[in-house]
Amino acid sequence: MCLAVPMKIVEINGDEGFVESSGLKRKANFSLIKSPKIGEYVLLHAGFAIEKVKESEAKKTLKILRSI
Amino acid sequence: MHKLIDSLFMRELGNPILREKKDSAVVKIGKKKLAFTTDSYVVNPIFFPGGDIGSLAVYGTVNDLAVCGAKPLFISLGLIIEEGLDRDLLERIVRSISLAAKRSGVRVVTGDTKVVERGSCDKIFINTSGIGEIYYPGLSIDKIRAGDSVIVSGPIGDHAISVLSKREGISFSSKVKSDSAPLNGLIARVLKASDKVKFMRDPTRGGVATTLNEMVIGGKFGIAIDEESLPVTGGVKAGCELLGFDPLYLACEGRVLIVVQKDHADKVLRVMRPDPLGRSACVIGRVVKEFPGKVYLETLSGGRRIVGMLSGEQLPRIC
Amino acid sequence: MRYVDEFRNRRLIDKVAQEIRGAADPDLVYNIMEVCGTHTMSIFRFGLRDILPKGIKLISGPGCPVCVTPNEFIDKAIAIANAKGVIVATFGDMLKVPGSRSSLEKEKAKGRDIRIVYSSLDALDLARKYTTKRIVFLGIGFETTAPTVAQSILIAKKERLSNYFVLCGHKTMPEVMEVLVHDKLIKVDAFLLPGHVSAIIGLHPYEFLSVKYKKRCVISGFEPIDILQSILMIIRQRKPKVEIQYDRIIEKSGNPLARRSISKVFEKCPSTWRGIGSVRNSGLKIRRSYKEFDAEVKFKPKIEEPKDNIRCFCGYILKGLKTPYDCPSFARACTPEDPVGACMVSSEGTCAAYYKYGKDTTHSR
Repeated sequence: MCLAVPMKIVEINGDEGFVESSGLKRKANFSLIKSPKIGEYVLLHAGFAIEKVKESEAKKTLKILRSI
Repeated sequence: MHKLIDSLFMRELGNPILREKKDSAVVKIGKKKLAFTTDSYVVNPIFFPGGDIGSLAVYGTVNDLAVCGAKPLFISLGLIIEEGLDRDLLERIVRSISLAAKRSGVRVVTGDTKVVERGSCDKIFINTSGIGEIYYPGLSIDKIRAGDSVIVSGPIGDHAISVLSKREGISFSSKVKSDSAPLNGLIARVLKASDKVKFMRDPTRGGVATTLNEMVIGGKFGIAIDEESLPVTGGVKAGCELLGFDPLYLACEGRVLIVVQKDHADKVLRVMRPDPLGRSACVIGRVVKEFPGKVYLETLSGGRRIVGMLSGEQLPRIC
Repeated sequence: MRYVDEFRNRRLIDKVAQEIRGAADPDLVYNIMEVCGTHTMSIFRFGLRDILPKGIKLISGPGCPVCVTPNEFIDKAIAIANAKGVIVATFGDMLKVPGSRSSLEKEKAKGRDIRIVYSSLDALDLARKYTTKRIVFLGIGFETTAPTVAQSILIAKKERLSNYFVLCGHKTMPEVMEVLVHDKLIKVDAFLLPGHVSAIIGLHPYEFLSVKYKKRCVISGFEPIDILQSILMIIRQRKPKVEIQYDRIIEKSGNPLARRSISKVFEKCPSTWRGIGSVRNSGLKIRRSYKEFDAEVKFKPKIEEPKDNIRCFCGYILKGLKTPYDCPSFARACTPEDPVGACMVSSEGTCAAYYKYGKDTTHSR
């Protein structure tokens, strides 16, 4: 139920649009996040983007771990 | 399903040939060894990326013959059609069957058609039976030994994901195409190159996990799968993450699992890879003495977990 | 896959596992409860117990929304499915969950129109398509899912759909965690907090766990590296606090838009959790202003007295008091094909995880 997958925004039509990951495209609703932008990654859950993925934080985490 | 087969069919119909539970029955008529198989196809939707119920029905049966070391020769075709099925649709399916038969090198020699009232079946159901001539006798689960390599002919799960992407209520579009294809050509190459192939099976319903479990259940050996070497395309991975599926349990309709003596694995891969259907063939695991009767995964985190038979989450009407 | 594969990198996993082995006190036992069912599944799927030192005990908690849904909800859903002209739309895992006397799957086999959907939006599509039918969506899930269902109701209101309804069984997390820490039988030192629920509610609702109850808490993602890094963070905490490991997703204040959506359509109410009982303020119900979408109001489903199955240990398992191996029905009378309890059939159920990945594990428990 907590199944949520990071996917990239590829199309926006008002509150709705499409997200994509590895060639898999799905309709998504963006009404739960602020100012969605094409190219941004969002967490998709039950057809809705519930949060944006912060690239900088992801990079930071991986950098910290790599330097252990 | 396994329980049903054992408790009902084996009980009422059991004979030594049926009890072997191979993909095709090996029967002897005079001096000739023949392979004989049957399968029914109820896939929904009937058209999906990379195939349709017609081509599926031919390739599925061709493959069941091929994995038993037989050259597929003749197919029977039984159609159950729902009243009112669009004539165009039917024509497309029959043309697809014809093309698939040509591609596989088999002939449809007999058939039957029944039309049932609206609602009695969903558009069209197909049964195909097939006969082939055994040219590589002796393939058997009993030949499997510790140390043998387990090879898969290509990426797993494409068929299941392509069918699911077209189901009502699932709503995602995907570039993933079904892997449905005739494997008799590829298998013939393999069997020509090596005399140490022990057993083969195509991972249809229940996927690689279920098929490998069927090979070892109740036996003296286990199988270890190396998660890192499992070929899964990005599109299938994404579909699995989105829907919560495990690619190990997803049906393939144009892939074969081959158990071969370890020192012949390289030779087998070398003849598979030039074939378009075997381009990504690779070793995914090995037969082991530990955990007899079980299949386990060496995970990409360095852990281990048992990979059981598919229970519960069957995807309905995937083939 | 982006933001997935990097967090499954074998070298990094080995590194963090090594750090954990170095940082953990060999004389201590760390009882860490992972509340979210998706964490339970991840831990099993990646075989993480195999690479953790013996002193780290991972205990599964009640974080599976399907598992904690009481029989009463299923019984109501079945009653509604039996009403004329109804299509019940539900997330897949609800199908096999046993109610008091039947299950949605069994009802479907009897001919009731029950369909699996992946989103409440799919249920809205059904309502638009089948205008003569009444579509009832089963609203199950925690704070991750609740805002998505709230939005579906807002869309239905905007479009004036008169045939879309929600049977609301949503629950919220923090309140039940307080019940768990109060329970003298449950031994938990730390919590691996649910990453996606936290994306919505943020950090603050959990602070009472460290301030009042001195539990170490880390909000964790779901990839192997996330879980391992979170465990490392738990071990390293000197003073108990709530930290965020999953910072590529989590904002300290969560998602205010999503929370506003929840509070616009739903209000808090007491809720019954399987195995735990009634917990104050831990459920959501549809506000009166949206009562035209409330399936309870519309259908007033009549059910017999719900009864629990005494052969089912789900209650103990959901509280982390017992493991599925302790349950006499596990893998015998209770299997995914023929379940006795919900924990065996939910995609995040503890028993389902143990059955699929853990039965006859390659190391003894």
